[in-house]
Amino acid sequence: MLTDRRPILLANARVIDPSRNLDEHADVLIADGFVRDARRGIGAAGVPEGTEIINCNGKIVAPGLVDFKVFCGEPGASHRETFAMASAAAAAGGITTIVCQPNTSPAIDNSATVDFVLRRARDTAVVNIVPMAALTKGLRGEEMTEIGLLKAAGAVAFTDAHHSLMNAQLMRRALTYATDFDALIVHHTEDPDLVGEGVMNEGEFASRLGLTGVPTAAEAIVLERDMRLVELAGGRYHAAALSCAASLEILQRAKDKGLPVTASASINHLSLNENDVGPYRTFLKVSPPLRTEDDRLALVQALASGLIDVVMSDHDPQDVETKRLPFAEADAGAIGLETMLPAALRLFHRDEVKLMNLIRAMSTRPAELLHLPGGSLRPGAPADVIVIDPDVPWVVDPAELKSPCKNTPFDEAKFSGRCVRTIVGGRTVFALG
Amino acid sequence: MTSSSRSTFVFGHRHLLGIEGLSAHDISGLLELSEEFVTLNRQIEKKTSVLRGRTQINLFFEASTRTQSSFEIAGKRLGADVMNMSVASSSMRKGETLIDTAITLNAMHPDILIVRHHATGAVELLARKVDCSVVNAGDGQHEHPTQALLDALTIKRNKGRIEGLVVAICGDVMHSRVARSNILLLTTMGARVRVIAPSTLLPPGIERMGVEVARDMREGLDGADIVMMLRLQRERMNGSFVPSSQEYFQYFGLDQKKLGYAKPDALVMHPGPMNRGVEIDSLVADGAQSLIREQVEMGVAVRMAVLEALARNLPNA
Repeated sequence: MLTDRRPILLANARVIDPSRNLDEHADVLIADGFVRDARRGIGAAGVPEGTEIINCNGKIVAPGLVDFKVFCGEPGASHRETFAMASAAAAAGGITTIVCQPNTSPAIDNSATVDFVLRRARDTAVVNIVPMAALTKGLRGEEMTEIGLLKAAGAVAFTDAHHSLMNAQLMRRALTYATDFDALIVHHTEDPDLVGEGVMNEGEFASRLGLTGVPTAAEAIVLERDMRLVELAGGRYHAAALSCAASLEILQRAKDKGLPVTASASINHLSLNENDVGPYRTFLKVSPPLRTEDDRLALVQALASGLIDVVMSDHDPQDVETKRLPFAEADAGAIGLETMLPAALRLFHRDEVKLMNLIRAMSTRPAELLHLPGGSLRPGAPADVIVIDPDVPWVVDPAELKSPCKNTPFDEAKFSGRCVRTIVGGRTVFALG
Repeated sequence: MTSSSRSTFVFGHRHLLGIEGLSAHDISGLLELSEEFVTLNRQIEKKTSVLRGRTQINLFFEASTRTQSSFEIAGKRLGADVMNMSVASSSMRKGETLIDTAITLNAMHPDILIVRHHATGAVELLARKVDCSVVNAGDGQHEHPTQALLDALTIKRNKGRIEGLVVAICGDVMHSRVARSNILLLTTMGARVRVIAPSTLLPPGIERMGVEVARDMREGLDGADIVMMLRLQRERMNGSFVPSSQEYFQYFGLDQKKLGYAKPDALVMHPGPMNRGVEIDSLVADGAQSLIREQVEMGVAVRMAVLEALARNLPNA
């Protein structure tokens, strides 16, 4: 038991807990690393001695966010970002659990590396960090990894990160094998041959800029194939990052059939479109590419309806030598840990998505899909809790962002609302001001 | 062995191409005849003259140690002239087709052909082209009938019966001819058969072959009387069907702990050759509950019984 963990009462809050469909004025009591109680009128009288009482003044209290897709620099690229740095950025963004990707160096494709990540994160990070493991050895797309042993070691899902698995036979066998362990397979759906030299969405805008485009069919074809393989093999499947309306139709059909499929969209694709690339801004080069405004609107609607299960940051720190290059030569990727929640709040302020649905997609759903204990304020849940001020105005200043890499697509964006307090395991790890 | 004790069983088939198509009566008859040869094989004088004057050719297109030597010994103890045709030095190597090989051999008037081939259905194809009796010594992923018979004999001698026993067949069911023949034989004889394997090694539709299916050893071995392990080919454990031999052993390898899920008097079998540390732990393979060495002994007896049963139907017999 840690002695510096005083009980905390978050009093006078608007409590939003998607795990119980709860949105009401209440108090939340945290003690010993767990949510003790979340109900109206606990008050200062009903708390243990020494409890830190925080008056939330009607601000939102929600379960901490679980970021489904984050590239961390460890192991192998700690010059870009360490677990410690990423976790500080996450804490400032209301993220209490980072799900890190396996495309590290070496790749997270064996239980020893999973063990390294978990120990290193435990010793250096202020938020929870759990790894997805590689689906194929060395992310080479040739042989499946030890799904059973990796899951036992603590891998929460299996993915080849930005690599699409083009061998349908291997994908089928991996899905089949994964059913025995109830393992979740997360797949980036982009046909590498159709992507080819493409660097942004295919269409008029790319043609005007003189850049090679990536058609939406590159995504839809692989997703459609995968839906047929899931139908054949069973197995829990998650589309890692959908970007266009064509994919949503395919996903809807699969869900209507009752297939065990779910999907993510990145906050970038929900917030931005191809026009934002503007004068070759490499920080807006992401994979899959930003699509048209119609695609973005379709994604927002799919998020509101629950067709899109998860919103993730797709955080990928890139430094100067990989980004300060001509657009076609720059690496894809954008940071997002600190801006996911504020950008999501824009969708709420525009009345496009309800707060409950936003928090569900960033916290409760990802926790459910990965079988993590968070994503809930139910008594007994881990005390990963955030306080959100939905109205505080602020402007993104890259210099103030905690990530050492500054490749944010929300450079100088004006936001309303942000996380003002982040509690992980009952301890405050971030408080604004 | 006196002639008065000889089984009068008549086997109503010209070939033994598989367990498929055999009745419970056929199987019981072969097992009873085999019992007599078990006794004979334990004597100093092991030779009989049932097959005297007969020619037996062992035609093995796929490498084999125990099956080929077992058929050779069986034929010789019955008094046949046994010839082993090795593929390495045969015309098949020079491009002769299977059917041409069959026609060539047929012209030499053999009485019994023992054939193993890597392709499913090849033995049946060959049987249609020759005048003699053919025994399938394993065709592709299809059948290995004498293995199923020797397994049945081993079970019967140790448990006194087959009917009503729970037999768990574990491992690479998809690619195993041993599993197919055993499923057919054991279900025909009234055993309850369970197959246990990772989903990638279960053939689609296996449930409809009259077996129960488990994907977990604890569940599959619960209450088992017999635990029959299958060999996992090396090329299938590197990420194509299962990720690695370590992971396979962790979840499907038979060790003392997993054997503990079966009945306390459960017996362990393996058709060989074993991958120790992959599908079976050495302590179990060599332990008190193992029947693996006895299976090899029964193999010779069963093959003698099959040869004699077929010989009784040969012309001029």
